[in-house]
Amino acid sequence: MKVVIVGCGRVGAGLAEAFDNGGHEVVVIDLATRAFDRLSEEFKGQAVRGDGTDEDVLRRSGAEGCDIFLALTEGDNRNVMAAQVAMEKLSVGKALAKINDPVRAAAYADLGIATVCRTTMLTDAILGFLDLGDTGMPSVIAPVPHVHAEA
Amino acid sequence: MFVLVVGGGKVGYYLTKELIENGHEVVLMEKDRTRAAQIVDELGSIVVAQDGCEGKYLGEAGSNRADIVAAVTGDDEDNLVICQMAKHHFDVPRTIARVNNPKNEDLFRHLGVDEIISPTRMALGSIEQDIPIHELLHLATLENDLEIIEAQLQPDSPAVGRSPSQLTIPDGCSLFAVVRGGVAISLRPDTALREGDKVLAIGNADCEIALHDQLIGASAEGAATA
Repeated sequence: MKVVIVGCGRVGAGLAEAFDNGGHEVVVIDLATRAFDRLSEEFKGQAVRGDGTDEDVLRRSGAEGCDIFLALTEGDNRNVMAAQVAMEKLSVGKALAKINDPVRAAAYADLGIATVCRTTMLTDAILGFLDLGDTGMPSVIAPVPHVHAEA
Repeated sequence: MFVLVVGGGKVGYYLTKELIENGHEVVLMEKDRTRAAQIVDELGSIVVAQDGCEGKYLGEAGSNRADIVAAVTGDDEDNLVICQMAKHHFDVPRTIARVNNPKNEDLFRHLGVDEIISPTRMALGSIEQDIPIHELLHLATLENDLEIIEAQLQPDSPAVGRSPSQLTIPDGCSLFAVVRGGVAISLRPDTALREGDKVLAIGNADCEIALHDQLIGASAEGAATA
């Protein structure tokens, strides 16, 4: 599979390594070259410095038609924008955006964008540990099948 | 009308001021507390000192009864998300986004933003009218101070209608290709150059003035050096 990851933070770098070890083709994009220090020396994928919300940067990185597109930067809005560019302009197979604001995460899930919300995940995990149930909010919104807008 | 403005920079500030003067109800969201306090001093208590990207605060600021949401921060991704949240989550009838990077204009329209304001494009438009942008474009710098340079031939270029063999190309410089109608073609000594051609050259920085004279026309700088 071809996997494109925007944001080489702890989660992004960890996933990049995991996909790479699994024999997949990986491209990881970040604005800061320093972020790539998180990748091990054995990493065989491609590391691209650039703005992951920029359609041209994504195209040059080979994101068009990739199987999996993960937007995992620190910025909720950057992730939303990158995932939408990937879905609407680059026909990726599956796109997912990390959105830490639960309201935004739920709103974008309604718009058909798969989101993962760290806030809800952590809250649920802690409530679970304390045997206090959960927030009742889905932390990973099941990826709604990607439907291209009808012309 | 009730207008919710997000972003209290210069654009947001003057927009809010104008709207108030025209008798509209306005709430301005500005996440920087110092800046928010400053605007309160000048325009009164119409400021919510919170991040308009955060769904919770966008709701609390009254977006669900806003007639218009104008997202005018300096960050395109923020403006996009504010407009999409307003439109799809809070059912705001009309959304306006400031687009700082002109590349994003089409994307924003495609993603449902109703109105787009592009300060960059507006400024470019008026500057281009005043300054002829017919200069050499530096595409890349290579080893030993070599550069790849592009020149787009304007109607008044001395190279139009001539071929490379008829031009005086300085030593240490070579014209190697031309892009015509988006297609790259190799440049032979007898290729006749046309208006609109983008001529690609490789050479060191010393060749630039001569190259400018041949492809763009004699420049003020060139005349001064001659």
